[in-house]
Amino acid sequence: MARGTAAGPRAVLAYLIRRLFAAAVMLVVIILVVFCIFFLVPKWAGVDPAAAFVGKQADPAAIEAVRQKLGLADPIFVQVWEFFKGIFAGRTYAAGGDVTQCAAPCFGYSFRSEQAIWPVLTDRFPVTLALALGAAVLWLIVGVGAGVLSALKRGSLWDRGAMIVALSGVSLPIYFTAMLSLSAFVYGLKWMDGQYVPLADSFTGWLGGMILPWVTLAFLYAAMYARITRATMLEVLGEDYIRTARAKGLTEPVVIGKHAMRSTMTPILTMFGMDFGALIGGAILTETAFSLPGLGQAVLSAIRNQDLPVILGVTLITSLAVIVANLLVDLLYAVIDPRVRLS
Amino acid sequence: MTAPLHEPTAEAAPSAAEEAAIVADSAGAKAVQGRSLGRIAWERLKRDKLALAGGIVVLVLIAIALLAPVITNLVGQDPESHHEDLIDPLFSTPTGSYGGISGDHLLGVEPVSGRDIFARIVYGARISLLVGFLSALVAVVLGTILGVLAGYFGGWVDAAVSRVMDGLLAFPQLLFIIALVSVMPNEMLGLTGTGVRLFVMILVIGFFGWPYVGRVVRGQTLSLREREYVEAARSLGAGRFYILFKELLPNLVAPIIVYTTMMIPTNILTEAALSFLGVGVKPPTASWGQMLSAAIDYYDSDPMYMVIPGVAIFITVLSFNLFGDGVRDALDPKGSR
Repeated sequence: MARGTAAGPRAVLAYLIRRLFAAAVMLVVIILVVFCIFFLVPKWAGVDPAAAFVGKQADPAAIEAVRQKLGLADPIFVQVWEFFKGIFAGRTYAAGGDVTQCAAPCFGYSFRSEQAIWPVLTDRFPVTLALALGAAVLWLIVGVGAGVLSALKRGSLWDRGAMIVALSGVSLPIYFTAMLSLSAFVYGLKWMDGQYVPLADSFTGWLGGMILPWVTLAFLYAAMYARITRATMLEVLGEDYIRTARAKGLTEPVVIGKHAMRSTMTPILTMFGMDFGALIGGAILTETAFSLPGLGQAVLSAIRNQDLPVILGVTLITSLAVIVANLLVDLLYAVIDPRVRLS
Repeated sequence: MTAPLHEPTAEAAPSAAEEAAIVADSAGAKAVQGRSLGRIAWERLKRDKLALAGGIVVLVLIAIALLAPVITNLVGQDPESHHEDLIDPLFSTPTGSYGGISGDHLLGVEPVSGRDIFARIVYGARISLLVGFLSALVAVVLGTILGVLAGYFGGWVDAAVSRVMDGLLAFPQLLFIIALVSVMPNEMLGLTGTGVRLFVMILVIGFFGWPYVGRVVRGQTLSLREREYVEAARSLGAGRFYILFKELLPNLVAPIIVYTTMMIPTNILTEAALSFLGVGVKPPTASWGQMLSAAIDYYDSDPMYMVIPGVAIFITVLSFNLFGDGVRDALDPKGSR
């Protein structure tokens, strides 16, 4: 495809297919890398993977059973294949008469808690998704809004104030902000009780428990997005085509809202795809600080209990979430910006 | 490459390199070249009060980290001795106000063990800065080498490196680091405990950071290799590696410096987060993130225990960010300020 050709529906289709193919390749690569981390790295480092999978306080018989169940004595290729197959077709772990079923999609089986990983993940996912969605809405409005305003009123008191707040925001560890807000609003002012309530139990209770995590998480990202929006906007405002638009006699709202915003939003959208993807895979720090029972917290308790299969499962799910989010952003691009399809 | 830069602010950095190239071309001598860009940047940096303040705090922090044993000896404390006599046996929090702050214990003592917080903060600076700097170094070295190779040789080298960079940027890095650290043994390569953790953290944080540098360097190299002065060197019979190291690399210094200064605070935050989650350095080695995670249980009874390490991280990261912003603006005449 030559630069400059008009992008018809066929070009869009070709682009979509190319992106889908790339995402599929990426998926396979990630599964392989995850497999290596959990099955090969321990081996090279001199740790028995079977022992690692059972956990710290395991007797030799249990370790041997897990070794057989996971087929750790088989050649690597067989192990990778079994692992792959499990995700799509389910898997049976068998050691002698001891058989454990793991239905598709089998992302592994926790030999510590005696349960398949997939139900754990689907159980936790809604909490993380709600956290990420709520925060994302907040930070996009506040962050991008503040960034645009700062760029337009460059050098003003508002600009300086907003940028100082934003710089502090990106310099604060999120768990520290979380701890401060908890001790201020929950323990100090007692405005809320800081407990997570499932949505199914009570809507207001759920809302009350989510507000602080949302605001805290959104603050960090809003600070990041405000800084980047401001810088991008300033750069865009210096472009020739903006001068042309003004020279044509377009009103300022049209120049800013229609011409400048479009270019400003492109890098913001890319960033958003990555950040959001990473978040729905587990906002580990936020969930830990606020004791939200999401994916991130599942990983953390798995680390504390040395429950390797859970860590493995969540790592895989998170990677998938990031890939899907990036794919969606790329597709959205193709719709918004025809130049993308040609590069 | 469909994905624009994550930090578009640095996108303008090429202009600084161009400027340096122009200066270098007119001056001719290479010795002048390095100084010219440096001097231009230094002139601008000197006028930026906030960035200078940030830079000074960074220098002080480095000095604190280097002189940690001297400083703690000076106040007669060390990070690992227990002072159980200063702990209220009923609540296991320090006796005295503000977490037991006194002439002996400048920032108070920890609950339960009564270890001196000042000494632990001073020693914690070592871990933060060590991981911050070394992982940035790993990222910059990898990113520069692979970025230059991709940009200069193009073709399949470029395709391969670019795909790997896109892939790595899409990886959930915090989770991968956690996963890796959790499968690492307690002893390897002659290191034990905290040593292993530090080694793994530095390597892995650096490894996930190189694509950010690599992308910028690749883009720069792509445009620089078509310049007349490279053409001139080539027509004079200069070899590929001569062009790479003598003609291209010096002009990549500006964006590389900008990215390094912006990467260090991020890495410090990552280290603190890992230690907060319990996969960073192992106790009793002091680390700020770890102190914060221990402080969770003392929200209301001993708030100072939470505030002190948090503020330490905040000041450190803020100073690096202020300094980094200043360096970026100084090296970039079209900068955003």
